[in-house]
Amino acid sequence: MYTLSSKLKLTAIIFMIVGAIGLVIGFLQAPSDLDDVREMMAAEEHHGETSHAEEEADANFAEAEHGVLLDDEPGRNADEDEAHAAEAGAHDNEHLEHKLHQLQNKPWAAVYVAAFFFFMISLGVLAFYALQYASQAGWSPVLFRVMEAISAYIVPGGIIMFVLLALSGFHLNHLFIWMDPEVVAHDEIIQNKTAYLNVPFFLIRAAIFLGGWFVFRHFLVRNSRKLDEATDLHYFKKNFKLAAGFLVFFLVSESMMSWDWIMSLDPHWFSTLFGWYVFSSMFVSGITVIALVSIYLKSRGHLPFVNNSHIHDLAKFMFGISIFWTYLWFSQFMLIWYSNIPEEVVYFISRIENYSLPFFGMVVLNFVFPLLVLMNSDYKRINWFVVMTGVIILVGHYLDIFTMVMPSTVGESWFIGIPEISAVFFFGGLFTFVIFNALTKAPLLAKRNPYIKESEHFHY
Amino acid sequence: MASKVIHAIYNDDDLLLQGVKQVREARYHIGEIYTPMPVHGLDKAMGLAPTRLAITSFMYGVVGFAVAVAMMNFIMIEDWPQDIGGKPSFSFLENLPAFVPIMFELTVFFAAHLMVITFYMRSKLWPFKKAENPDVRTTDDMFLMEVDVANHNVDELTKFLYDTGAAEIKLIDNK
Repeated sequence: MYTLSSKLKLTAIIFMIVGAIGLVIGFLQAPSDLDDVREMMAAEEHHGETSHAEEEADANFAEAEHGVLLDDEPGRNADEDEAHAAEAGAHDNEHLEHKLHQLQNKPWAAVYVAAFFFFMISLGVLAFYALQYASQAGWSPVLFRVMEAISAYIVPGGIIMFVLLALSGFHLNHLFIWMDPEVVAHDEIIQNKTAYLNVPFFLIRAAIFLGGWFVFRHFLVRNSRKLDEATDLHYFKKNFKLAAGFLVFFLVSESMMSWDWIMSLDPHWFSTLFGWYVFSSMFVSGITVIALVSIYLKSRGHLPFVNNSHIHDLAKFMFGISIFWTYLWFSQFMLIWYSNIPEEVVYFISRIENYSLPFFGMVVLNFVFPLLVLMNSDYKRINWFVVMTGVIILVGHYLDIFTMVMPSTVGESWFIGIPEISAVFFFGGLFTFVIFNALTKAPLLAKRNPYIKESEHFHY
Repeated sequence: MASKVIHAIYNDDDLLLQGVKQVREARYHIGEIYTPMPVHGLDKAMGLAPTRLAITSFMYGVVGFAVAVAMMNFIMIEDWPQDIGGKPSFSFLENLPAFVPIMFELTVFFAAHLMVITFYMRSKLWPFKKAENPDVRTTDDMFLMEVDVANHNVDELTKFLYDTGAAEIKLIDNK
């Protein structure tokens, strides 16, 4: 049996406390009305020439954009100055309000990104776990207890996600603009989607997805524990069928979940491969976390039956699914870039213009790095190589979720500052605490699994 | 090539593997081993150096990637930067997504084909090549180990090979 070391427990709790304090600061820093925004912008202007120049450039850019939008209006050039002068007052207020919403969204979006990121890791691990059962993999049963423990976070993480979604539904934040009746009243595109995008149905769907995942996880883990004491393969067969059923349910629910929880942040935009794209992100992060936790536990001597061939296999998965993720990222990007249809391409324009570093940086982190580091078969057996790449993959996929959520919630007001980092600290601490606590609940080697002997002697 | 070799024929790959280990322990020199199918762990037991084919493949892939980039940069950007359907042909980077499918395919094409050709060249395989098969049964169900006699006593070596489980032992004179 594994016992949670007090050091690890303390570290996790410190992370949670520091993160919680940072989040409180983040929420307090968010402006509450237009005057606050005015003050903040004034303070920013006093910072010096550089920021001022930047802002002016921004303003010029906004004007240019405005000009482009009006391009087809005849006589625009003559009226331009007059119209601008007349509009200035109203426009200024409108701009401030826009800014206010973005800044108010900032801490919420930070929490949302981090909460979803850690939740999707445990969901990805659960999918991987079910896949191992359904495919009757011979190499992985020694890692089942690690996977079960990581998937334990699905319950607290899922409840937090549901609470966040419900808070949005009760209008405590402006993350989902389609939840705002005023916005919907003036937006025909969203009006046409209200049959799907309405708060009660949205929350019911979330409850069904989460409930389904909780129930499947509960029974998969329970059967796996019961198999330890069983005298026949009854529970193994049961889990095989359960895992197959879960995978069917998972693919449908995960796809819809990604429309609901991520894509609906941009209710004017849609992409057909979005569900797969989010899936690949969660799958590769999940596998990476399995590898990291296994390497950690092995280094502490808790997993003597895990050899470097198991790590090699996990690293192969990290490598392969990283490339799969890139394939989907590129397929989505390239198809939209190539056809350049205005209503689709705004999604990438807003990301490339305001988020170019995280947007392209994550492709480097999630593709180039694993590609070059994990291609060599020998490197895949070296723990520190796998750990280093794993950390980079996780950072990359955090940025992936970040660039999915942030542009539609905070727009150009993004920054990776106190609220974002604190949210990662908080949920990272909680995640660590939950999964290592779950590891203490059962022996680390599953007994009586028909493939356990093969897995212990697995050699590649 | 040794002037005299012994062909020890086994009818089981487990026996062969065991035999290889014993022969190497006794410090006899194994020339070649002929098997009808891949025997797992045989290269390790024989102490063969690992293949570097994968490394060559990586380098060929890099070459293919460079060819694709150079080709499209020259054709599409430098030589005749036409406006084709509004695609930005001002710089390579701006039109990069449109080139990626070709860059990918050429990388794979070079990596795969040049590696296969390297394999044929290194293992000396080509059409009309004369087969180097010492015993036709080794393509069907027999495993043949060729041991150099060198300056060892033939009788002792034969006895030793017989003890490792060889089903048939032949002394071959290379002319």
